[in-house]
Amino acid sequence: MAIWLTKDSKVIVQGITGGEGSKHTRRMLAAGTNVVGGTNPRKAGTKVDFDGTELPVFATVAEAMKETGADVSVIFVPPAGTKAAVIEAIDAEIPLAVVITEGVPVQDSASFWAYNVAKGGKTRIIGPNCPGIASPGASNAGIIPADITPQGRIGLVSKSGTLTYQLMYELRDFGFSTAVGIGGDPIIGTTHIDALKAFQEDPDTDAIVMIGEIGGDAEERAAEFIKANVTKPVVGYIAGFTAPPGKTMGHAGAIISGSAGTADAKKAALEAAGVKVGKTPSETARLMREVMS
Amino acid sequence: MDLFEYQGRDLFERHGLPVLGGGVAETPQEARAIAERLGGKVVVKAQVKVGGRGKAGGVKLADGPDEAQARAADILGMDIKGHTVHKVMLAETADIKEEYYFSYLLDRANRTFLCIASVAGGMEIEQVAEEQPDRVAKISIDASKGVDEAKAREIVAAAQFPAEVADQVTDIAVKLWQAFVAEDATLVEVNPLAKVGDGRVLALDAKVTLDENASFRHPDHEALVDKSAVDPIEQAAKAKNLNYVKLDGEVGIIGNGAGLVMSTLDVVAYAGEKHGNVKPANFLDIGGGASAQVMANGLEIVLGDPGVKSVFVNVFGGITACDAVANGIIQALQLLDERGETVTKPLVVRLDGNNAEAGRAILDGANNPLVTRVDTMDGAAEKAAELAAAGK
Repeated sequence: MAIWLTKDSKVIVQGITGGEGSKHTRRMLAAGTNVVGGTNPRKAGTKVDFDGTELPVFATVAEAMKETGADVSVIFVPPAGTKAAVIEAIDAEIPLAVVITEGVPVQDSASFWAYNVAKGGKTRIIGPNCPGIASPGASNAGIIPADITPQGRIGLVSKSGTLTYQLMYELRDFGFSTAVGIGGDPIIGTTHIDALKAFQEDPDTDAIVMIGEIGGDAEERAAEFIKANVTKPVVGYIAGFTAPPGKTMGHAGAIISGSAGTADAKKAALEAAGVKVGKTPSETARLMREVMS
Repeated sequence: MDLFEYQGRDLFERHGLPVLGGGVAETPQEARAIAERLGGKVVVKAQVKVGGRGKAGGVKLADGPDEAQARAADILGMDIKGHTVHKVMLAETADIKEEYYFSYLLDRANRTFLCIASVAGGMEIEQVAEEQPDRVAKISIDASKGVDEAKAREIVAAAQFPAEVADQVTDIAVKLWQAFVAEDATLVEVNPLAKVGDGRVLALDAKVTLDENASFRHPDHEALVDKSAVDPIEQAAKAKNLNYVKLDGEVGIIGNGAGLVMSTLDVVAYAGEKHGNVKPANFLDIGGGASAQVMANGLEIVLGDPGVKSVFVNVFGGITACDAVANGIIQALQLLDERGETVTKPLVVRLDGNNAEAGRAILDGANNPLVTRVDTMDGAAEKAAELAAAGK
């Protein structure tokens, strides 16, 4: 088992005919993901061939779900069209929408989030600006490399893609149940807390790696949550101790505003909640090794 | 992107908000001309993107054009908390009776927007919130509904604005929200929002932050970029579509992925503590698929910083295979050589992940004396710091 994405998940790709969409559809299929189709209103009714696997293209998410039973959508639509794509997924009430697109205006993210809440929150949104979710050995929805690690019993939640890969790689001898990249934007659909809660409840996850970075106070809130609700061991890592205030460090949300959002404050909050925080990625991996052995 | 006050004022005016007449000047002569146009008493305000300019002497009253010219001459060129004043804004003066505070901003925690309003304006809102928390109203805005008249009335009531200004503040609250949405702002702050002698409520200051992710639908925002403040290397990097932030150290950093690069800065800074206190010189994320061309551009940018004494290339091969990255590095060095920009500073390269063995073999095979291969991130940071310290 895993959280949110399992071997039974049926995945569609919004933007399947685009450059990124088709490239990553091919990789998801190679990873064993059950990709059942995609959407592009202008190419509805056609099929796309991925190395011998023919996938149908539908006009809308609702139609794709009706025809294929899809329950996960991975969205590769460019920023100008992302809001409409997510709203389409919400309208279709797909259980999981993974928004890979980077560079989505924050008002658009706030807007589709509010829309989802108003509709009863039937769709779990991951992202935007995220690498997606991978349950090694079962399914892969997004751009996380599938072959870094086998299945195992560590869960991971991270704002950063490459740090996710780095930690998965360092701990590949243990393996992972699920790795969730929640994205580095200021407004995101799934938070550290959502993932921590799911991992706490997942019988196949024994311990959790939580990766954060400068900006906002999501890590501080996650620390409060851990203190009150998480009994499984959590090991943390925060990037950006030496980042200067007022500068956006790559991710739109990674910015220290005045004295708020520093890595030191996040580390202190996590440690106060009993989380062991590594100073570097490799130290973080070492701390997790101690937990797992 | 943070705007200057005068840009914020202009933006407010365009969206129908009540502001005082004003203009911006880069020379004392221009300031004089604006003061003549405005007539009477004016206020001369330093345009810097940092708070506390009043205390630093960056805001002065002037009694007519002569004095405006003189005050502008005093303020232009001043240093305020490390920011040189290149522009002053001149504005009509107001007979302020009461000062309020009003803002809309991003509320990351609740994944929506927030209105903060207070009848105790004119000072730092953080200070008011601490000293008189009951005088600061925080009202959540539903991003799908926004601020209509009813919502604006709710804000006015919650913040306890006096009855005689309620209608005006309601109108301002609606228009300010419209401006916030129309311009894709993440912050609009008016402090003070003031009641003046004739009873009008005016926005006397404007702090605006725009969302750079939304620039594709605001081609006009490009003109608001303060070119004089952008570091020339950052500008060159932007022209090459590279995600680069200039820092002040000696170890140039190139990596893939924002999180990994931030982490690399930290690891280099820790290593630097043992090696002459060297620090990272920059943030540079070359993203996935590091082709030779992108790597060459990245190296060119990083080495364009005269402070750089060594370069640390830290790549985790996820989607990108490390052999492609290694080829990219070798070809980048050749490319720079052909361009007549031969690299002379040492490079430390750490490759891990997808096809790491093949990538390392390519680096070893190239046998370039400038390139040192270290296989762990910590070890490579150590080596890069050591080389930078030696080159200092």
